[in-house]
Amino acid sequence: MRVALFVTCLADTLFPQAAMATVRLLERLGHQVVFPEDQTCCGQMHINTGYPDDALRLVRRHVRVFGRYDVVVAPSGSCVGSVRHQHAMVARRAGDERLASRADEIAGRTYELSEFLVDVLGVTDVGAYYPHRVTYHPTCHSLRMLRVGDRPLRLLREVRGLELVELPQAEQCCGFGGTFALKNADTSTAMLADKMRNVLATRADVCTAGDASCLMHIGGGLSRLRAGVRTVHLAEILANTEADPAGERHAAARATPPTGGAR
Amino acid sequence: MTRSFLGMPATAPPGVGHLRGAEPFPAAARRALSDAQLRRNLGHATTTIRTKSAAVVGEVPDWPQLRAAGRAIKSDTMARLPELLEQLEAAVTAAGGTVHWAADAVEANRIVTDLVREAGADRVMKVKSMATQEIGLNEALEAAGIEPVETDLAELIVQLGDDRPSHILVPAIHRNRAEIREIFLRAMPGVDPALTDEPAALAAAARRHLRETFLSTRVAVSGANFAVAESGTLAVVESEGNGRMCLTLPETLITVMGIEKVIPTWRDLEVFLQLLPRASTGERMNPYTSMWTGVTPGDGPQAFHLVLLDNGRSAVLADPVGREALHCIRCSACLNVCPVYERTGGHAYGSVYPGPIGAVLSPQLTGVADNASLPFASSLCGACYDACPVMIDIPSILVHLRSQAPHPRAEAAAMAAAAYTMDHPALYAAAQRAAKLSRLAGPRGRGLPPPLSGWAASRDLPQPPPRSFRQWWAER
Repeated sequence: MRVALFVTCLADTLFPQAAMATVRLLERLGHQVVFPEDQTCCGQMHINTGYPDDALRLVRRHVRVFGRYDVVVAPSGSCVGSVRHQHAMVARRAGDERLASRADEIAGRTYELSEFLVDVLGVTDVGAYYPHRVTYHPTCHSLRMLRVGDRPLRLLREVRGLELVELPQAEQCCGFGGTFALKNADTSTAMLADKMRNVLATRADVCTAGDASCLMHIGGGLSRLRAGVRTVHLAEILANTEADPAGERHAAARATPPTGGAR
Repeated sequence: MTRSFLGMPATAPPGVGHLRGAEPFPAAARRALSDAQLRRNLGHATTTIRTKSAAVVGEVPDWPQLRAAGRAIKSDTMARLPELLEQLEAAVTAAGGTVHWAADAVEANRIVTDLVREAGADRVMKVKSMATQEIGLNEALEAAGIEPVETDLAELIVQLGDDRPSHILVPAIHRNRAEIREIFLRAMPGVDPALTDEPAALAAAARRHLRETFLSTRVAVSGANFAVAESGTLAVVESEGNGRMCLTLPETLITVMGIEKVIPTWRDLEVFLQLLPRASTGERMNPYTSMWTGVTPGDGPQAFHLVLLDNGRSAVLADPVGREALHCIRCSACLNVCPVYERTGGHAYGSVYPGPIGAVLSPQLTGVADNASLPFASSLCGACYDACPVMIDIPSILVHLRSQAPHPRAEAAAMAAAAYTMDHPALYAAAQRAAKLSRLAGPRGRGLPPPLSGWAASRDLPQPPPRSFRQWWAER
């Protein structure tokens, strides 16, 4: 199958290993991945911060760039959620019904990675190997906007060597919420503190999720605590095999704490 | 009759009632978050209620259909609110009641005060009511020399503590029993000085205090959960029986009701009386459901007044996206599942309507500019939407209201610049390369300006990678 990668601006810029892992994984499963280079950002940050007029041009771009592909896949529940539940709304708000209906069409063929693997490809065992103790945080938009349900867990259960431990109060938000983490930094931090306490209680080496954004938040907090728990995108775990541990090496390198007198 | 268009309906007036906070949400939340006792009380109480509610919701096989029915009835009601209100007025009047129309809090307070004076009373007993809290009725009555006595146990705790409610259903959720004992010892007339903090002892003390009031007060003021347009029947649901005392014992009953509480038919109660108790208190059936239709000679209050309150509701109704907030049946399920509410409590929202529903209702009632920080007081996690028994899409309304909020000028400029950059892939790629400069800030983000410093206070910044994905792809 020919799959257009909707990389998301965050993965493209700050977490390329998640996007690279998505490419490696899909290619390993025998599919052709294309990367439309004119893509940038879906506009979710603008929409959710109250700037739908600014977001309009980004929605228009997204529709133009991805309109010609049969299948679009992103390693993010949140960005797929925005495409599926917000793009048409932004277009209709601006009175552009034609754009709205095109956005709706594209939304119908845009999938979050775990949805694509389980629902479209029909696989749960992707041949991955990841010898670590892992806990899974279901990000809010995966959970409640996309209803991915237990798809990520079904994928993780098939990974060889992986010990999956349940995260207490898993369905509680980590406190990221995009610009919420900046505008309400104290409340966001209070939510993060509880999420981190639950992650640490699992004694897992790795906390995974389907969104680089929430992982950036949880990982930023854990790094500040020098907690020794890594955050790794679901795609990186699924891309990892005994023959190709590239993602694993990359993650380990990144987990090295910054040196120097940061305190 | 011809009607001239008079512009947008008015929002709730400032200077009266409790819909506006004294400070923005982030500042109020910051203070609440540092109160360890409050955090413990709230965490314990919300966890208990939501666990109980989830269990009884889970045992109803047709819960999704009930929710859909609740939403459908409310949508239909909002679509023909004027005609239903006129039908309600006719039915209440025919049953011997008197209907008053109050455009706002000032008018409603004046109507109630005049009615109490006409009844020759200097004290009223009150059934727990959000509408009367919203309009600041107690303060208005006190200013007129009339003593209001709250009879709901939690509202009584709030009143005696000279405090403010922090939850729609459990107004004293921020207090634990040790604090309640102290309040009773300090403010309850004739209380036993040996009072313990056992829940049964506290309830008994309140009962003794209230029994006096029930038997000696001639006027009661209530709110309403529902009003049936076809029959003129009012309904109040409560758990203690104190409400029923107020609704049956006095000579005069005055009910203040938001206009959105009307439902078309008696049969519609079948849906809401299943949804409400399970979503709110986690009970299968509501303990005390009181219904009355006008006046019944020789039985109960012989004078009944219904005050229909607008106070900004018509303005909410005028917004096709935001009007769904008027579907709210005040169950407070959204508060109990909200990760923000659980940590900050209700006072941080500044309005009598806290939590997710308050964050969409208060700004619409007052105009968004007067509650500009509330639509942002959410991580958009969506737990409220899932919990709402009438399926109010609170996250979408929050996003909608954010677009109406006044934006800080620097933020608006940055957002416009970001959108422009992201609409030009070459500029975007250049910006990505420049992002590496953020390494200079270090993981702790030293020297970052607000709001980025808010991030770096508790979270390390991600280390920019050696190259972006698109660079990797191009070199592949």
